[in-house]
Amino acid sequence: MAARPQAFPLGTLPAPGRSLPRLWQDWRLRLRRRILIARAIRKRRDLARVADRTGAIRRGDILCCMVVRDEAMRLPHFLDHHRRLGVDHFLIVDNGSSDGTLALLRDQPDVSLWQTGGSYKASRFGLDWQNWLLLRYGRRHWCLTLDADELLVYPYHETRPLPALVRWLESQGRDSFGALMLDMYPEGPLSAQAYRPGEDPVGLLRWFDSGNYSVQVQPRMRNLWIQGGPRARVFFGQDPRRAPTLNKIPLVKWHWRYAYFNSTHSALPARLNAVFDETGGEVTSGVLLHTKFLPSILAKSAEEKARRQHFADPARYQDYYDGLIADPVLHCAAAREYTGWRQLEALGLMSRGGWV
Amino acid sequence: MSLGFVMLCHTALDRAAQVARYWASRDCPVVIHVDKRTPNDQADRLRRDLADLTNIRFSPRHACEWGTWGIVAATQEAALMMLRDFAEVRHVFLASGSCLPLRPVEELRDYLDERPRTDFIESVTTSDVGWTIGGLNTERFTLRFPFSWRKHRVLFDSYVTLQRRLGVRRSLPSGLVPHLGSQWWCLTRQTLSAILEGPERAELDRFFRKVWIPDESYFQSLVRMVSSSVESRSLTLSKFDYQGKPHIFYDDHLQLLRRSDCFVARKIWPQADKLYQAFLSPDAAAQPRAEPNPGKIDRLFAKAIERRTAGRAGLYMQSRFPNRDREHGRTAAPFSVFEGFSELFENFETWLGKAAGTRVHGHLFAPDRVHFAGGAEVYNGALSDSAALRDYNPRSFLTNLIWNTRGERQCFQFGPDDNQKLTQFIAGDPHAQISVISGAFAIPLFQSNRNFGEIRAEAARLQKIESEFLQLLRSNWVKARVRVWTLAEFIESPMEPLQTIVDEISPRSMRRLTEVPRMADLAGFGQFLQNLRNQGMQPVLMGDFPAGADLPAPGGRRARPYLVK
Repeated sequence: MAARPQAFPLGTLPAPGRSLPRLWQDWRLRLRRRILIARAIRKRRDLARVADRTGAIRRGDILCCMVVRDEAMRLPHFLDHHRRLGVDHFLIVDNGSSDGTLALLRDQPDVSLWQTGGSYKASRFGLDWQNWLLLRYGRRHWCLTLDADELLVYPYHETRPLPALVRWLESQGRDSFGALMLDMYPEGPLSAQAYRPGEDPVGLLRWFDSGNYSVQVQPRMRNLWIQGGPRARVFFGQDPRRAPTLNKIPLVKWHWRYAYFNSTHSALPARLNAVFDETGGEVTSGVLLHTKFLPSILAKSAEEKARRQHFADPARYQDYYDGLIADPVLHCAAAREYTGWRQLEALGLMSRGGWV
Repeated sequence: MSLGFVMLCHTALDRAAQVARYWASRDCPVVIHVDKRTPNDQADRLRRDLADLTNIRFSPRHACEWGTWGIVAATQEAALMMLRDFAEVRHVFLASGSCLPLRPVEELRDYLDERPRTDFIESVTTSDVGWTIGGLNTERFTLRFPFSWRKHRVLFDSYVTLQRRLGVRRSLPSGLVPHLGSQWWCLTRQTLSAILEGPERAELDRFFRKVWIPDESYFQSLVRMVSSSVESRSLTLSKFDYQGKPHIFYDDHLQLLRRSDCFVARKIWPQADKLYQAFLSPDAAAQPRAEPNPGKIDRLFAKAIERRTAGRAGLYMQSRFPNRDREHGRTAAPFSVFEGFSELFENFETWLGKAAGTRVHGHLFAPDRVHFAGGAEVYNGALSDSAALRDYNPRSFLTNLIWNTRGERQCFQFGPDDNQKLTQFIAGDPHAQISVISGAFAIPLFQSNRNFGEIRAEAARLQKIESEFLQLLRSNWVKARVRVWTLAEFIESPMEPLQTIVDEISPRSMRRLTEVPRMADLAGFGQFLQNLRNQGMQPVLMGDFPAGADLPAPGGRRARPYLVK
């Protein structure tokens, strides 16, 4: 077989073919998906039930699935924001928090909570746990899979809650929804301001990079590969390949045979990754406001640097953690101040597609 | 004279009840049909909710699967009930459970009273219809459709194909001219009763039972046989996306719906509390009356279709990643590429910036870093000047730059020493204006203080790269606006090409250039080229420079071309 490109740059995406190698590839992906599901089923044993309110889930409810660790700061606003959007039930795994996250979540009426002391890395960065919860509870529901530092926004999100969005997606014959992770940062050094739980973190992290994103498509699963933003600009200017991946598929109408593959950047079966239009048109998409750079990032980076639970090869990311610990200024002269979804839509970071 | 409503409901019955109550309590009788597939308890609750209103009836329930006869049967029966039970009704308005009155019903009644004989129904001959999606127009009538499109798509499609292949055609009942149109109409008692009580109804019903989507053709066709005055438009505002699915209206459409001046709109999102509150409140009559004008809001929906199908040119993002030749414009705006100009002229960038009224970049693709205008470290959109980031995905870099600076013409320098990965991409872009002074790369070498052996090797390398670029620009697929001069040609008469370029960049400022860029001192350049030749390298791209002799510039002084009037 001829060497395949690592990624298709703009303008070279070939039409999906039906060749023999392609069929072979499909078969391998199917096998891979089955392995992922088997892993998820095996890893369910890691999870100890803390509060199970899944009996309250009704047909057509929108679920939100996540793994958290020490997020007591962010969670109040996170839950508020997504409740307002129309999430009916949260399925949360607590991975060894020590800051009261567990107590906070246990008492929420719409949260089902599991606890685990298992290794984050050994469960493929929490993905096995998430895949299990989705498999067990997500069937036939639209499921939002997020991190605690991500806030979903999409076109018209103030006036059209998630049920309206998913009805629109269904009418378009779509069962997955793409969102770009947008790193939000403050004007000065990261530690300069104080954040109180419950506040809107975007009040502190008002700035973002509006147009420095590298877009490619990876050939195997035809999934997007978007990198860029302040982290690529500040930390990976000499080694851009390692810059964090920013495209996500957070919202999927789940089927028990689906599985997230690489975080929520890609999923199997591969057709779920087709969240973009190849013929020049635009599909409806959203943005995840990434509130990673709250002041707590400094302490957290120091901890993560020692824990080595993130990234497949943590040794290569030590400089990145050092950079964060050094309290950098991510803001630059060309940064944009966030004013709302219409701005993101006009800048081309997300699109309303045909939804008006 | 009164107006009656026939409502076809299947979900969100609480909203349907709200609207039915609004109409019925304003003296408009309502006949409600509830889909047979709706759970009985919901239907019963609706009945109970409206039990206090005496002018509401419930018609026998039919299963209304999309595209089948059930909807027409339900409509027929409900309409008959309306005509029978409410003798004072003159106009019957067909609405759905997700309809919402946008103007007080009194206004609608007055409007109809002024047009007592008019039937409002969109009715277009099949040959003139442009909006059916999926290709079935006339064939809706001439083929048979025994299989459900929703449940047995494959059977449906293959049976259509089979009939096409065999050439099977149904014959139309005599006198019937197939018409299509929106299923939401408003007909007079005379017309409706003529359709429903006509002697041929049994035969026509038998025919339409097997027509595809009869609710869009039954009344639309028959009205042409009986009505004397058809106004071919629907009083119900509805908008469709590019796949022919109806748009749903949400709270944020409030102003838009007001502006349309239509009487009724569908479909309304059942949770759109603000809309229901605003339009069903008793004091909603405060606006001036105007003729219904759905065209006022058409632009928005036309733009939505365009956004969905054609997208924003030059934007590459998470939900738009066009294949080759599907981009509708490879980049967002025109831009200019200059090769050799900043080598030949000492202050080309500042001069061009002034002359064309725009910011001019240096070598964006230089090996050391991105030379943004003014030496900026980050440019619009927070583009970084890191060469590694740029070279990681040069196409994204360029398309991002052009996208981020929409409305401001981008000009940048290019050269054989720069990253050449993007040459094909730029050459195939109709937005690119490429101007090349070939061989100008030798000027910095000529001025440099390096060993001649090194200079010779470097000149050979650059010449090879530049000739490859020039060859590429001569390909037949090139879409960019390309201009190439040899160095010798260019310095002979530099003003003309400069004027052309500036005119093209800023066409509105059609003024003659008054200031000109300063040309590098080329005294001895001919000898330099001769030296290269003597060393075994063949400089070909510069054109004819007389060896040894001085430049053809006037008077041997530093060439600075001035304008001659």
